[in-house]
Amino acid sequence: MGYSFSRMLAAIVLAIMASLSWADEVLQDTTASPQTIEAMADADVEEDIAGAPPSIQDILNQLASRSFDDKEAAIRQLAEQDSPRVVPLLNALMNRDLVHNREDDTISLGSKQDGQWLLLDPVSETEIGTVDSRAARPVVINNRLRTVINNQLALFALNSDDSEQRVQAAAQLIGNDDPDMLSALRLRRESEDNSRVIEQIDTALNIAALGSDELTARLNAIDTLSSNLHPEVKNRLNERLRLTESDAEKTALTKALRRIDSRIENFQTADTIFFGLSLGSVLLLAAIGLAITFGVMGVINMAHGELIMLGAYTTYVVQQLLPNSHEWSLLVAVPAAFLVSAFVGILIERFVIRFLYGRPLETLLATFGVSLILQQAVRVIFSPLNRTVITPDWMSGALQINPVFSLTYNRLYIIFFALAVFLGLLTLLKKTRLGLQVRAVSQNRTTARALGIRSERVNALTFGLGSGIAGIAGVALAQLTNVGPNLGQSYIIDSFMVVVFGGVGNLWGTLTAAFGLGIANKLLEPMAGAVLAKILVLIFIILFIQRKPRGLFPQRGRAAED
Amino acid sequence: MSFSKSMKKLAAGVVASSAIAYSGAVMAADTIKVGVLHSLSGTMAISESTLKDTVLMMIEEQNKKGGVMGKKLEPVVVDPASNWPLFAEKTRELITKEDVDVIFGCWTSVSRKSVLPVVEELNGLLFYPVQYEGEESSKNVFYTGAAPNQQAIPAVDYLINDLGVKRFVLAGTDYVYPRTTNKILEAYLKSKGVAEKDIMINYTPFGHSDWQSIVSDIKAFGSQGKKTAVVSTINGDANVPFYKELGNQGVSAEDIPVVAFSVGEEELSGIDTAPLVGHLAAWNYFQSVYNDTNEAFIDQWHSFTGDDKRVTNDPMEATYIGFNMWVKAVEKAKSTDTDKVADAMIGIQTPNLTGGMAVMNENHHLSKPVLIGEIQDDGQFAVVWETDGLVKGDAWSDFLPGSKDLISDWTAPIKCGNYNTKTKSCGGAAAK
Repeated sequence: MGYSFSRMLAAIVLAIMASLSWADEVLQDTTASPQTIEAMADADVEEDIAGAPPSIQDILNQLASRSFDDKEAAIRQLAEQDSPRVVPLLNALMNRDLVHNREDDTISLGSKQDGQWLLLDPVSETEIGTVDSRAARPVVINNRLRTVINNQLALFALNSDDSEQRVQAAAQLIGNDDPDMLSALRLRRESEDNSRVIEQIDTALNIAALGSDELTARLNAIDTLSSNLHPEVKNRLNERLRLTESDAEKTALTKALRRIDSRIENFQTADTIFFGLSLGSVLLLAAIGLAITFGVMGVINMAHGELIMLGAYTTYVVQQLLPNSHEWSLLVAVPAAFLVSAFVGILIERFVIRFLYGRPLETLLATFGVSLILQQAVRVIFSPLNRTVITPDWMSGALQINPVFSLTYNRLYIIFFALAVFLGLLTLLKKTRLGLQVRAVSQNRTTARALGIRSERVNALTFGLGSGIAGIAGVALAQLTNVGPNLGQSYIIDSFMVVVFGGVGNLWGTLTAAFGLGIANKLLEPMAGAVLAKILVLIFIILFIQRKPRGLFPQRGRAAED
Repeated sequence: MSFSKSMKKLAAGVVASSAIAYSGAVMAADTIKVGVLHSLSGTMAISESTLKDTVLMMIEEQNKKGGVMGKKLEPVVVDPASNWPLFAEKTRELITKEDVDVIFGCWTSVSRKSVLPVVEELNGLLFYPVQYEGEESSKNVFYTGAAPNQQAIPAVDYLINDLGVKRFVLAGTDYVYPRTTNKILEAYLKSKGVAEKDIMINYTPFGHSDWQSIVSDIKAFGSQGKKTAVVSTINGDANVPFYKELGNQGVSAEDIPVVAFSVGEEELSGIDTAPLVGHLAAWNYFQSVYNDTNEAFIDQWHSFTGDDKRVTNDPMEATYIGFNMWVKAVEKAKSTDTDKVADAMIGIQTPNLTGGMAVMNENHHLSKPVLIGEIQDDGQFAVVWETDGLVKGDAWSDFLPGSKDLISDWTAPIKCGNYNTKTKSCGGAAAK
């Protein structure tokens, strides 16, 4: 009995083991099958090897070709592979991390290290070795290939866990008529729960439905698209309007297009006003320091532009000193630029302007000389070439409100910044002791001195304040334009224009003039072109000054008399 | 007493100055003087100072090889300070006072136009290394940069044929080069069947920095369903804010590519190029072109400037070719006499930096390849297209009514810069 039981047990164990090993074999079979086929193909050279699925490395090696058609074929083939390496490799190609090794004509992942290429296997990411910097080159792609890669990546990203990625992926696929892409979108639509993603997918699907054979499907699509601002929608509706023969569709199309056009028009007006405000804020920043030195003190300072330039260069230097913190280096640059420009301003006041009070022509010539000295000094120290000021991430890009209306972040921040500087300065002049003294000296120097104000010291501090503010303006302008020796020259005329137009000695006048001229310029620009718009604004100011020589808001009382 | 003292001073001065003049004459006999006329201060210093360094580097290398005809080359550098009338004065000074045998110089067309009457009057020799608008050919000037048919026309062909572009924005800075180039391009586009309404032309002042409205207009123009591209002749500094605004407003090269004729490696070295990847430039040379001559040139430039981050660009290649051609021509003519060198120049071949040979033609323009490159995130260009062979520079455009019958040929029997092939006479409609 015991014996037979143990035999039975042994038999069962055997049976289980056998079944397990069989299962194992099956598993091995499925995993090994491609290799087997490949091995067979390799073994039998006579047979057509095109039937065999090529390895990812083989596909990548086609990217060594010089023809962009070959490369596109390789990219499409790569995207069809069922491998977790597809997305990273497409991204690598996009970021120029795939390099062509000229020595053995293969493609691998590469990164520059100490002037050499460190090559990694594209599939396993194991190190292959290093080659000389000239022995390998990144794979060149062009715009067409970039679009192909982006579309392929969007297909993968459509099923990403991150909803932001899905929105972008769906937006990328709008206007695409490829049936594979459309079915992928439909599939995603069924399981999608994020409303923004759904909106993008619906736009894409409705645009595709405009090409449908059925009239009702087309009418439905037109109806849902009739308030959609995506530029592709307008184009497709227009295209449809040319092709259609049905009257019902024609009316629906015209109605939808009219709605879209009127909405676009509204947003374009908003756009122009934003551009005007932005130009106005730049003018305000450039002019506000001058409103102090010229407006309050009456000094014609031709070196004002160069003080702005010094602020811009300070931004550059601060970024060089803090190489790892571009995101917040601007916060350091603002006070630093204020100090640098204020210091230079005080030097100019002490050594040049002090001796020339009451002699405007000599002041003009002397400060013009100072401006040339500062320019050439910068050329000698920093070279005549422009310097790169890095834009922090939070200042690049745009706040996309809808497809036709967006506010660029750098401009938006600069509008707020200009207003903040303006309010700060206003408070300083109105609420502090220094402000009181500045106003007293500028209104009547003799009386102020009689009252015990040290007018020399106040002059130096006021000039320093105006110059320091010019330096702050330089930090903001460094984000918009070139940081080079000529930066100041391009703003000096504008600054004087704003201060004179607004009324010398009046900060509110400067504010109104800056935004008024900014908006006027931008309203004229689409009609007259950039060159003519500027000329028209200048002619207007000349005529205006002849009528009202003291500007928009003339100072009244005794101060205005001298 | 005081009178005789001052007389003595004067006499001493005369002796001293004649001694200087004498030593100058001795120097002149031993060396060949090379004038360098590039702005080292003012707005153009950013571009032109690089070319001054290039000429000095070439002279240094030539002297290491033993000079020309056994004589050392001696550079005479002057600074016309981005001031156009000063270019003419400095040219006169170089030719009459310094007695130079050749001048390498100028960048902007205005400066060249101001130098032109002086070199013609004094029979000097000028090598002009920058791409320009054409419509000119002087006996005394050799143009080693691109004429419009070596840059603008092939670039537009690429846009039409390879990218399928149907609508064009011609954006430029408001001065002679963009205006003439755009006139040629407009005529060319119309001859290719592009409708008037599909061409938008826009000019901006020098150093324009507020591109918001223009970029927004371009966006609107480009969203009409037809593939749109911008052909940019925007000059110098204004490019940086233009490209920044493009990036910020989200105009990518895949939607609306910008092909530029004045943006090279040097201009890009002032910007973060990540948002610009894919925008195009058309030149006859890119630093990224891979061959031994170019690698050697780049190495030489890095060691000359002591900065291995310094980039090379197309006008530098034009200077390189012009200089080598002049050396060859002087050796062929066995003289530095302007007329003899000018005759010897025609037909001279020297290697260019893109792996081929540059040829000087009878119209004083070069034959060169045309390359189209896309901006990469490292500030370099990747070549995406190039012409099959060399394109011969055309001094007078075939697409302008005033110049289509004109040719330039400085060989016998024509010997004329603006020969009218219809009337068979020199000094045709567009003569200077």
